[in-house]
Amino acid sequence: MSAHSPIDQIEQPDSFAFDAESEEQIAAILAKYPPERKASGTLPLLYVVQKQMGRQTGSAWVPRVAMDEVARRLDVAPIRVYEVATFYLMFNTKPIGRYHLQVCTTTSCWLRGSDDVVAACKKATGIDGFGQSSADGLFTLTEVECLGACANAPILQIDDDFYEDMDGPRTIELIEALRRGERPTPGPTIDRLNSAPAGGRKTLADSPAEQG
Amino acid sequence: MVKVTVDGIVVDVPNGSSALQACEAAGKEIPRFCFHERLSVAGNCRMCLVQVVRAPKPVASCGFPVAEGMEILTDTEIVRKARRAVMEFLLINHPLDCPICDQGGECDLQDQAFGYGADHSRYQEAKRAVKDKYLGPLVKTVMTRCIQCTRCIRFATEIAGVPELGAVSRGETMEVTNYVEKALTSELSGNLIDICPVGALTSKPYAFTARPWELKRTDSIDVSDAVGANISLHVRGSAVLRAVPRVNDAVNEEWLADKGRFSVDGLKHRRLDRPWVRVHGKLQAVSWQDAFVAIGRRLDGVPGDRIGAIAGDLCDAESLLALKDLMTALGSPNVDCRQDGAEYDMSHRAYYTFGTTIAGIEDADALLIVGAIPRQEAPVLNARIRKRFLSAGRGGFPIGLIGAPTADPTYKAEVLGEGPDVMAALRDGTHPFAETLKAAKKPMIIVGHGALTRPDARAILASTWALAVEAGAIAAGWNGFNILHRAASRVAGLDLGLVPGKGGRSAAGMMSGGVDVLWLLGADEFHTAQIGPQTFVIYQGHHGDAAAARADVILPGATYAEKSGTYVNTEGRVQRSFRAVMPPGDAREDWRILRAFSEVVGHTLPYDTVEVLRERLATVNPVFRVIGGLDAVDVSALPGPAGGGAVSPAPFRPVFDDYYQTDPICRASPTMGECSRIYVHPRTVAAE
Repeated sequence: MSAHSPIDQIEQPDSFAFDAESEEQIAAILAKYPPERKASGTLPLLYVVQKQMGRQTGSAWVPRVAMDEVARRLDVAPIRVYEVATFYLMFNTKPIGRYHLQVCTTTSCWLRGSDDVVAACKKATGIDGFGQSSADGLFTLTEVECLGACANAPILQIDDDFYEDMDGPRTIELIEALRRGERPTPGPTIDRLNSAPAGGRKTLADSPAEQG
Repeated sequence: MVKVTVDGIVVDVPNGSSALQACEAAGKEIPRFCFHERLSVAGNCRMCLVQVVRAPKPVASCGFPVAEGMEILTDTEIVRKARRAVMEFLLINHPLDCPICDQGGECDLQDQAFGYGADHSRYQEAKRAVKDKYLGPLVKTVMTRCIQCTRCIRFATEIAGVPELGAVSRGETMEVTNYVEKALTSELSGNLIDICPVGALTSKPYAFTARPWELKRTDSIDVSDAVGANISLHVRGSAVLRAVPRVNDAVNEEWLADKGRFSVDGLKHRRLDRPWVRVHGKLQAVSWQDAFVAIGRRLDGVPGDRIGAIAGDLCDAESLLALKDLMTALGSPNVDCRQDGAEYDMSHRAYYTFGTTIAGIEDADALLIVGAIPRQEAPVLNARIRKRFLSAGRGGFPIGLIGAPTADPTYKAEVLGEGPDVMAALRDGTHPFAETLKAAKKPMIIVGHGALTRPDARAILASTWALAVEAGAIAAGWNGFNILHRAASRVAGLDLGLVPGKGGRSAAGMMSGGVDVLWLLGADEFHTAQIGPQTFVIYQGHHGDAAAARADVILPGATYAEKSGTYVNTEGRVQRSFRAVMPPGDAREDWRILRAFSEVVGHTLPYDTVEVLRERLATVNPVFRVIGGLDAVDVSALPGPAGGGAVSPAPFRPVFDDYYQTDPICRASPTMGECSRIYVHPRTVAAE
């Protein structure tokens, strides 16, 4: 019932080392904090870990050895890093698929049809429930709380990108595109710019600027 | 000071006090789970809600600072309702398994549910279930019972200094865990059991053994190290079932080291419960009279200087004095309480005690540790060093070590060197730490038995004192010179003069045939093979350990739990324990054995009751008149311990390799054996 499975049930890698790209990011991150307060770098460093794992293994997650490495870098006890990594659901403490499908099912998205998005995700990937991965290992489906983009509900977040104004068919299309190795442009999937009204402006139609 | 009104009672409390402290000052009991006096304030259980007049809603008193003129109400309908609501929330997920819970009867949740619990539950949904965690051989977990007060996390992080526990995940799925299945690496882990307000963390060896109301409690003193932690022995029938700490802010606060707490199961294993005499190479059970006669016969015609006595580490002052008096009566100057061969200067008590005092550590502002590993030799004292380290803030309490620690000392410490040769650099100021010591107003130096059991002990002792004087650690009103003992009997032995008299032989001198008759009073911490093959060995003690196997006569004695004894801790604090149980079988209190034997050989010791013996204790050394207290001694004019010889550069060695196997009681304890296998010899576990 725990959102985070006991550590011993997950196959953990034996070692973790930051690559050159991560090292560069870490140097930039740690420069922001006074040396005796470098524990503040826990969250950004965990992101660096997750990104690197995504780059290297195709599964953006945070293995325990990596948390240990972060703890070592920041001079804190490993348990302090475990606490942070397990508290924030944005950190995956077990392996996930290549594409992380995060469907918002909070009120706005739900009212605007997130159930269809969820159903489409399940249909297109063959996953039967939240927190699971597809058989081909490409997709992991997660239910998330409000993503703060209610004006474009419903939202499907894939990895770090928001795909907005989704519905069932477009979700299937999007997942098929991902399967082909494409990365469709994030943002609204209907005729609108960002959060502007669909189909063009609906107010101030007779504003002087428009007339002029 | 701030004036606060609590339920109409006006109290003055210091600035920065919490509302809870103000309520306690007014004599109001505030229920709490997460709040603990010696830990940081978490404020997450919400049980301590009180009403503050003009505050819009009830406040958690543990984390609410008082202000001048504040009016606090602790017993209003709002407060009662709020606490009842908190209790209902806590009980949502807490299992109703009190009948099979070891905390039953001493459970904060159970007690407070009496006051604030509802008679039924409105909760229909499934309760949360949490997987139990492995925390090692001492602490048993039933994590479903956890109410997430986080006391254990704060204890491990703040007091024990082993940040291995944490709260992972969040909300409903939050769990207190060490995340990795690993035994807690602390010598203070047993205290987690005491601070857990529910039955989530209980004692593994004591599991399902007894209920608290079945137990008889007897005040005692922990003898597993020289801190002299105040303990209470919990007894049912003739068995000591557990040892728990008593509060004594001057000594152990409310903590107890694992060895003192969990070695009590050694009290009923491998006990000597009848006298034995070796006949034709085989031990035979005999009566007391026969044993005494056998010794008397062997002693007949042996000159006094061919008789020797060595006292062990767990002896009470009464038996030490009786042993010394017996040896004096027999005309022997060969008596020694230092089976480890340690050297002291006994010309003044300040040269062999922990002069700063344990509580005094909190006033110190720099520390140098010479040849000691306090974490293992005195875990509770080490917690006090850590407390000072934390309260002093960053860089406020610099700590230097001479001699490499075998484990993380639990505070930031600089290893200045491996051996005593660094002392010279500290004294002539070429080492940078010398400046740190000089700059400190109240520096303290701890000398351990890693230094005192070496051949160059006297030279180290003298140069440490000289360094202390130069660094300003010896001044009027401040004594920064400390000897950290590890044997509970040692300071009492030195106070009573259990060292070789004029022309007498030391413990080492009694080996290899140095004496013809050797009386061992609970002395097991040396290689018995060193005793000469012709030496007649009398072992008086409570456990069938190494020395008993070598003995020609065994006299069964009493453990610390089975006699009322006087102990002197490393500070020189005289403390008294009481008898919790009777010695098993024919075993007797040790001073009585010596007194009875003295009559057989015609040198009757002049005390028939323990009161008379204690009167003699005080006559021999007046420090035994004051029980529990400790008088400040002005040491500023002392010349320092006598030196002699040169300091060798050899590195300091730890005084023992295995914290869990240092005396006959813990070697007989299955729990300590298990700890030793898991913590000290993990490889052999893996190999099995």
